[in-house]
Amino acid sequence: MSTMKDFKTDQEVRWCPGCGDYAILAAIQSFMPELGIERENMVFISGIGCAARFPYYMNTYGMHSIHGRAPAIATGLATSRRDLSVWVVTGDGDALSIGGNHLIHALRRNVNLKILLFNNRIYGLTKGQYSPTSELGKVTKSTPMGSLDWPFNPLSLAIGAEATFVARAIDTDKSGMSDVLRAAAAHRGSAFVEIFQNCPIFNDDAFQFVRDDKEGVNRIVLRDGEPILWGADHEKGLRQRQDGSIEACAASDEGVLVHDASHPTPSLAFALSRVTQDSHQGTPVGVFRNVERPVYDELMSDQLDQAVATRGAGDLAALLHSGETWTIA
Amino acid sequence: MSTKPVEQLSQVIVRFAGDSGDGMQLTGSQFTSETALLGNDISTLPDFPAEIRAPAGSLPGVSGFQLHFADHDILTPGDAPNVLVAMNPAALKTNLKDLPKGGTLIVDADAFKDRNLQKAGYDANPLEDGSLDEFQLHAVPLTTMTVAALKEVDGVTPREAERSKNMFALGLMSWLYGRPVDPTIEFLNAKFRAKRPEIADANIKALQAGYAFGETTETFAVTYEVKPAKLRPGTYRNITGNQALSYGLIAASKLSGLPLFLGAYPITPASSILEELASHKNFGVRTFQAEDEIAAVGAAVGASFGGALGVTTSAGPGVVLKAETVGLAIMLELPLVICDIQRAGPSTGMPTKPEQTDLLMVLFGRNGESPVPVVAAFSPSDCFDAAIEACRIALKYRTPVYLLSDAYLANGSEPWLLPDVETLPDISTSFAAAPNADGEPFQPYLRDEQTLARPWALPGTKGLEHRVGGLEKADRTGNISYDPDNHDLMSRLRAQKVAGIAADIPELAVDDPDGDARVLVLGWGGTYGPIAAGVRRARANGRKVAHAHLRHLNPFPRNTGEVLRRYEKVLVPEMNLGQLLKLVRAEFLVDAAGYNRVRGVPLRAAEIAEAIEAMVDA
Repeated sequence: MSTMKDFKTDQEVRWCPGCGDYAILAAIQSFMPELGIERENMVFISGIGCAARFPYYMNTYGMHSIHGRAPAIATGLATSRRDLSVWVVTGDGDALSIGGNHLIHALRRNVNLKILLFNNRIYGLTKGQYSPTSELGKVTKSTPMGSLDWPFNPLSLAIGAEATFVARAIDTDKSGMSDVLRAAAAHRGSAFVEIFQNCPIFNDDAFQFVRDDKEGVNRIVLRDGEPILWGADHEKGLRQRQDGSIEACAASDEGVLVHDASHPTPSLAFALSRVTQDSHQGTPVGVFRNVERPVYDELMSDQLDQAVATRGAGDLAALLHSGETWTIA
Repeated sequence: MSTKPVEQLSQVIVRFAGDSGDGMQLTGSQFTSETALLGNDISTLPDFPAEIRAPAGSLPGVSGFQLHFADHDILTPGDAPNVLVAMNPAALKTNLKDLPKGGTLIVDADAFKDRNLQKAGYDANPLEDGSLDEFQLHAVPLTTMTVAALKEVDGVTPREAERSKNMFALGLMSWLYGRPVDPTIEFLNAKFRAKRPEIADANIKALQAGYAFGETTETFAVTYEVKPAKLRPGTYRNITGNQALSYGLIAASKLSGLPLFLGAYPITPASSILEELASHKNFGVRTFQAEDEIAAVGAAVGASFGGALGVTTSAGPGVVLKAETVGLAIMLELPLVICDIQRAGPSTGMPTKPEQTDLLMVLFGRNGESPVPVVAAFSPSDCFDAAIEACRIALKYRTPVYLLSDAYLANGSEPWLLPDVETLPDISTSFAAAPNADGEPFQPYLRDEQTLARPWALPGTKGLEHRVGGLEKADRTGNISYDPDNHDLMSRLRAQKVAGIAADIPELAVDDPDGDARVLVLGWGGTYGPIAAGVRRARANGRKVAHAHLRHLNPFPRNTGEVLRRYEKVLVPEMNLGQLLKLVRAEFLVDAAGYNRVRGVPLRAAEIAEAIEAMVDA
């Protein structure tokens, strides 16, 4: 049985002091042994950015690739090596800006990948420009008069791309993160996990409302099959309006939603993804959506098996001689 | 049986031209099949617009197929046709300039009506105004005769009957050149019999009617015969470049024992490789139609990391997008084959037209010192061997390799003497199985002393867990390194590794029959046919000339400089504005001269012969 120590490498971890990535790394290293997957059968693939250094610190197989392309590279690996547990570590710029196309296509195909998006709502490695999750009006080095870009909501995007597993965790919430990762690892197909991650240098306290929320007044913890209640004394709830959108209500009100992550249509999960600190004074965390759909590598593998079953294993000489041939003596 | 006199010909070049919807590609490829079975040597060149269906009858909508067949070995689809079959005025207008005076011209007289003439920009009907007097014109009412012949076939609409006119034309041509129509009948049955038996009947009937028309009409006084060519003994098939390239990749998968993974995004003229490979899943071939060109090559790199033979296929506009990922593969030192089926550029350029303009891009179009081996195919069937060679180098040296073909090779076809699979090269490779440095953790960048290749350790191998990436690697350990001397060392090692391949490829062969030529023609890749044909002509015209042709563009064969210096003058014909020329001048300090055309059509043997003769005579 492996331990947390087995997953550490001899490389010096080089994130800024106080970076949320340390907490995420520690949580993942300590959680991994629980999965019972041998280290050699795990691969971490990243793109570019602060988060992308992650594979160097995991004593598994790993690849620190190029900006935004990790989901594409991981797709090739996961599709041709079904025996591996393939994880993608990415950030808000890597996944949602330069690599947005690869992310949505990996999700719609339901490639067997676990995608961890460390969202700090800022560009860290390039030193402080706004990111595709930065709020409108954000003043950064590249937006001295405020950002003009409407931000992506990563969960809404993933659900829109018909991801089969969508969840959110917080860097400092080790137990919540472990719960989410456990469910993600158990999920066959693409699992998309947004992790709120603090960047103390360029965007400190961006998620203070849920990171430092000891009383749990702002955290709405989603538990499958349970009513969605929140607040210091669980005095608040969430319910759906006539139009499908979600409003905060009292726990005692009628119609408090019972969380159903496996609901066949993504509408409810999408509505929940629209619940934010700004709009509802509360932020859901946990598994939003978890449904089964055929998995890409299995579908491809099935086609290969079927081709062999119906046509026999490929014979090179027969292939070359297929079609019309003629012989010259 | 035809009782008309039979005239012997040594070779014929036929061009079928018509509207995109007229089925000219099908007609041409069926005539090719019939001809191949007769044992003639053949070479074909389809020429079609990028538009799937440009407006009917318009000039941009003309699609053509040229076939050269002979009783001796031939090298090209021919410079100019002897026979032009034009199905409408637009086809006549766009192709007539290529038909030499006195050439045979067969047209569908029915199509030469007001509207079609107008669309093609004719003020008067060329069939009537005497403008075609210099040609042997046969104006045949193909459409009305086809429709009349199909009157009795039930279930065929008048429009469908009309559309069978290409088979009538094929039947007529088959009679004229003594080709058997049986293969086409078989083909039509296979294609239509199950789903629409009446369409099969209609096409077969049209084909036979065309043949019978030839026998009975007085329009054609003679019929022609082209005897079989004396080709090397063995079993042949006709094959296009993209098909041969696909087979080469499948063969490389078999020969290496690695599963083939193709990441591709559809692009002309490379798409048919993706389609071909997708139809051979029983060989364990995984084809991944990616969301874009970058994902296509990325997935291939990912598969390669996992131990597959990772390949991506594209053309210039897609290859340029893959550059960053190729750089990653250089740094990762993993096998990867990038097939660039070159087409006319820049930008979208002319998607269906060939060019050799990506050579400098694949050699230098990346950031940093980033050497990549480059292999180029000579002819359609040679794409098979070139693909195996590209895979061999990629696997042995753990490097991305560019394989260059072009739109002419991709769609052109020729007879292929099928190789005995037992004689194909063994390109198997080995994976790291255990740590490689006494008691130390696995060192992923500890190189093989001879090849300088690094070990390939697959995920799933216990004890060899390691991390790779695009950041500079420390020698041996593969850890991230910003050390100045290490970067200098690693840059040189990567360059040395690729340069060292020169010891592992054949020397440049020179065709110099008497050994006393003063002029050398140096070509590369897809111009092999036209250059070799041009050299033959120049020799036939009494000039001494040598020919060498490069398959490996990086590294060059080790004797290249020596060969170049052996000749007083060097001519480098290319379908670009002088890319290899620039390389040989820079690399070997040889004052070579170029012959360069970028017209989107293959070089012509005649023009190359002329250039050679001018250089020899100067």
